[in-house]
Amino acid sequence: MTDTNKYRDKFPAKNPDGTNIIDLESHKFVKVWQGPQHPGITGNMALELILQGDEVMSCKTHVGYLHRGFEKLMERRKFIQCFPLVCRIAVPEPDFNEYCFAASVEELAGIEIPETAKWMRTLILEMSRLTSFLMWIGGQSGAFGLGIVGQWSNLIRDYMLDRFEELTGGRIYRMFILPGGVRGLLPDGFEGRMEETLKSVETAMNDIERTMFSNSIFKRRAVGLGVIDPAWVDQYGIVGPNARAAGVPKDVRKDYPYLKYPELDFDVITATESDAYTRTYLRAKEIRLSVDLIRQLLAKMPKDGEFMAKMPNMLHWKIPKGETYVRAECTRGEYGYYTVTDGSGYPRRVNVRGPSYTHAVALMEKLAIDCNIADTAGLMTSLHTYPPEIER
Amino acid sequence: MSFKDVLSPFLAWKNLVKQPGTIKKPLEREGADRYRGFHQNDMKKCIGCGTCEAICQNAAIDMVPVEGQETTDGDSGLRPMIDYGRCCWCALCVDICPTGSLTMSNEFKWIDSDPDVFRFVPGAEDKSWDKDEKGYRKPDNYELYPTGRVHMEELKPEDRDKSFIEIVKGYSKEQAIKEADRCVECGLCIATCPAHMGIPQYIAAVRNDNMEEGLRILYETNPLPEICGRVCTHNCETVCAMQYKGDPLSIRWLKRYIADQVPIEKYKEILGADGFEQQDKKVAIIGAGPGGLSAAYYLANLGYQVKVFEAMAQAGGMTRYGIPEYRLPYDQLDKDVEYIKQLGVEMQFNTRIGKDITLDQLHKDYDAVFAATGLHDGRSTRVAGADHPMVFQAIDLLRDVTEGKKITVAEKVVVIGGGNVAMDIARTMARLQNQKYGKVQLILTSLEAEDIMPADVEEIVESREENVVIEPAWGPKDIKIEGDKLKGLNVIRCLSVFDKDGHFNPRFDNKESNFFEADQIVEAIGQGMDIKYMSEGLENKLEMTERNRVKVSTFSQSSLLWLFVGGDITGGTDAITAIADGHRAAKGIDKYLNRET
Repeated sequence: MTDTNKYRDKFPAKNPDGTNIIDLESHKFVKVWQGPQHPGITGNMALELILQGDEVMSCKTHVGYLHRGFEKLMERRKFIQCFPLVCRIAVPEPDFNEYCFAASVEELAGIEIPETAKWMRTLILEMSRLTSFLMWIGGQSGAFGLGIVGQWSNLIRDYMLDRFEELTGGRIYRMFILPGGVRGLLPDGFEGRMEETLKSVETAMNDIERTMFSNSIFKRRAVGLGVIDPAWVDQYGIVGPNARAAGVPKDVRKDYPYLKYPELDFDVITATESDAYTRTYLRAKEIRLSVDLIRQLLAKMPKDGEFMAKMPNMLHWKIPKGETYVRAECTRGEYGYYTVTDGSGYPRRVNVRGPSYTHAVALMEKLAIDCNIADTAGLMTSLHTYPPEIER
Repeated sequence: MSFKDVLSPFLAWKNLVKQPGTIKKPLEREGADRYRGFHQNDMKKCIGCGTCEAICQNAAIDMVPVEGQETTDGDSGLRPMIDYGRCCWCALCVDICPTGSLTMSNEFKWIDSDPDVFRFVPGAEDKSWDKDEKGYRKPDNYELYPTGRVHMEELKPEDRDKSFIEIVKGYSKEQAIKEADRCVECGLCIATCPAHMGIPQYIAAVRNDNMEEGLRILYETNPLPEICGRVCTHNCETVCAMQYKGDPLSIRWLKRYIADQVPIEKYKEILGADGFEQQDKKVAIIGAGPGGLSAAYYLANLGYQVKVFEAMAQAGGMTRYGIPEYRLPYDQLDKDVEYIKQLGVEMQFNTRIGKDITLDQLHKDYDAVFAATGLHDGRSTRVAGADHPMVFQAIDLLRDVTEGKKITVAEKVVVIGGGNVAMDIARTMARLQNQKYGKVQLILTSLEAEDIMPADVEEIVESREENVVIEPAWGPKDIKIEGDKLKGLNVIRCLSVFDKDGHFNPRFDNKESNFFEADQIVEAIGQGMDIKYMSEGLENKLEMTERNRVKVSTFSQSSLLWLFVGGDITGGTDAITAIADGHRAAKGIDKYLNRET
């Protein structure tokens, strides 16, 4: 590593603001596209990299390969018809879309949901967080050449999907949260099977932690990679584990408590190192926390009772004029829905604030500079981004 | 970096001896109990309302005709066809299905090389999962719409049993909007309504609080909304899709709500009644009942000069002279009639065709004639003693009450009949008894058992609330008379009213008999018609049907071409059918009179 540093002082020359001076005509740089079809990129987006040797001199992110126009589509759908749509905005973690949009329209229409529905929603969201983390950890390890972890975590994620299937009827798109509440109660014997699944998660996590965090290869590549300065947190709109790893205790569950989180016992996990390794380590702790929270929820929640408020006719439900912003803490941080209604049967404007927007677009461009091209995939995964939510 | 960091990853090798988690035979894996798999549809339960199609945001559902499914009242005959190229298995169609016929099985494997087969009608095509018990069902205690009817405020029995004040108070704005919100706009009601009124459209107008639009929609097919909003037989409500989820919509009360909201002064402006192109052709209408008034309205709108001849002193026909005031107040009836008069329709009262003017004379003076004279002759049971002076015809008594005459009311009364006329006279007599004697002693007896009584259910309930004793399933045997005095009615048990083919053919059990004490008996077992005026003094004879009714075309045109006939005398049973007849006749007359041009 020291060899590389020898040339750093001389080349490339710097602008007064510290950015690299890049002249492609000099033939000392090469431009490479990573993505939009690249296994190292999470989802369909592209990095336009300018390399010098194998070091990234400049990174430009490109999105637009996955644009499906959800926000616009929703303006032409009745409120109830938006629910099969919104879940598709963040594929591995669809329930936050359903919750945020449902909570928005409930707030605007002045509907109070039953207690059981609140508990059910909290459970679904926490299960969704756990499932999403399990998918991510496979990607994170895979990006650094540890394919085996992805196999383990996907197996236990599949067990979690089985739990979703018996609870909601759907594996990937649950479509379980509707305005007014949820679509059902826990099936018989669900707690027992959930506990079994949680145990298998813990067993797998023991293996995963040992394989990843006490691993010389992983340490060599992840330690010191993509360090986020706490000062950037507000500057770049960094949220969730990325901010918490930088020592900023941002957590919507604590900062703006919603649903039944105030009744659950947990602390915000923070770290200080703020590199890819620390972020991975912090998220592994979050998985343990999620398991604990699901246990707490199943122990505390009522198993019967009203789960859906008495609703007006969904076919021509009109919501009074208003606007609101509803947020929730998903695996990547603050997930928000800004909803505007105009008194008609259709949302006037919906803006989805996916946390990946700031992480994958602006922050990635900054962090990729001076990093090795082989590490861009690991760096991006360590920011935990899902391009579908960038392009709503 | 330590020695441990180099070695510990090798612990992963212990997984080599673990059982793999992969399912070995994925095709045998069963979906969870709630799994949202392939659709099932119970074809017998499905009514083809299309609510599933309405909620599907992917437009994956199309309502299509299916072989073997007939279009009937309350069933469109269409069934949902689902395109699995579009379906996203959100199951909102299952949740919103009013009948609960649409469900999902937990089957999720379907392999075929032909992509077209994945567009299919569940239930109509034999699928392996059709009988699956497992799969997604809408959970109880959760609906995507309110299921209960908004309660209609009514006068309490003790407040109404002495007076003729209207019982039903009508909806407030909030109540009406709440009730209108329940409509799923399936349109089954439109098909069933004899006048094919735009019911979902005017309900939408109530929901949007747009009374002017509502009134316009009402008058497109029905110029008597105040009358129909109160006394319509509401066949529409019997087919309403929401009845499977609780109560059908109060369609009749919503119609009344619209008509009540708009003052008559605004009618002309809202309905755009000014500036019709006037025609120089004249049309005579016989009878100012619902049929005649309806024809008069639509003909006036087409610019014809219309004159209505009415035997009684006021317009309304049976709705005025048959229906008591507590169901249809005369001022509301007058509102509908008044608007028709405002359009320039001339009305000549106290003129009976056949007596004061002949039909032939009308033929000479007018270009076309529409006759809707109704059924005004009460039928007798013709049992022994039915000719006693204390045996009355319901229809005569009701007419006398309307005209303000004092009618005979005895202390003990028996009413024979199970229809709405019987209920009307029973409840009228009960009120008069209450006024005169301070108590009600009235027995209503009908051939039909209570479940098949032709009267509306609410009539039966409200009669009982007004202390009318109902004795169903008895056939009148004879009337007991001692000396000159009427003593009561002997009845025998009626076992069934209709035979296997559905014809009227009552069977009695002579062993079981009963006696109802009475000073006065009122017969309300149906009415006959008097259409002698149609056969006297005409050059050509009218063609009649086998049931001795005037034979008419779909436009109510008789074999005499210039004569159009409609309403109860051609087989209608209620006001809304007569209104539809009048509308059709107006179209027929327009076609007939303008055939040269």
